[in-house]
Amino acid sequence: MEAIVQIGFFVVLLAIGWFAGRANEKRHFRELAEVEASLRDILVFNERRPPPEREFRSGTLVVGSVVIAEDYFKRIAAGLRSLVGGRLTAYESLLDRGRREAIVRMKQEARRVGATMIFNVRLETSSLSEDRSGRAPMFSAEFIAYGTALVPAGRP
Amino acid sequence: MELTTLETVPGKTITRHLGLVQGSTVRSKHAGKDFLAGLKNFVGGELKSYTALLNESRNEAIERMVAQAKAVGANAIVNIRFSTSNIAAGAAEVMAYGTAVVVG
Repeated sequence: MEAIVQIGFFVVLLAIGWFAGRANEKRHFRELAEVEASLRDILVFNERRPPPEREFRSGTLVVGSVVIAEDYFKRIAAGLRSLVGGRLTAYESLLDRGRREAIVRMKQEARRVGATMIFNVRLETSSLSEDRSGRAPMFSAEFIAYGTALVPAGRP
Repeated sequence: MELTTLETVPGKTITRHLGLVQGSTVRSKHAGKDFLAGLKNFVGGELKSYTALLNESRNEAIERMVAQAKAVGANAIVNIRFSTSNIAAGAAEVMAYGTAVVVG
């Protein structure tokens, strides 16, 4: 009896992860595509110096960050996939979402200060998963994107 | 105080280097928020309370770094970098560091 309850619990969580997680991911990718399109005019470089022939009025530190977590289905799918090795597509899309979201937030901050370019951009990922009460940790990670937003000379 | 990830402050020249300055903070998650985040884990997606927590921590790390730079008489910090590390269950360290300079 207990085994049936446990299996039932597992199946319900898996179903929640599959439906809610997928809907979430689809919506997130759609939103990302829209926001990215609206921020396309802000140029992002990871070069260390801005071009010397351009004049800039000011530089501001801009940061974008997001913490993103896996869903239950991804976790099981990735766990099964790890048995045979190879590409973990469940995590690839998750990390892609996180990183793009961080870049979008950085660009939005740059837009607020009236910048048109961001230089010396750095991307960082750190895992925040933790072990609670001896169970295997759920994976979550923080993504940061930061750089110097440059406002061109001659703008108010 | 000018903050930048570049090696120089745009439109200005560095007249003096005053060395490395850094600020850091260790924050732990709120137990109630942590519980909600735990539930959120079944559906995945952004953990907004953690995003806010880490943003707050980063701002504090920046403030501490700026305070250190002011103490040595700087008016700008160049080459700023951030790092986050998970040091214990439920706690994260956020650090900001850079080079304090005087620009004119």
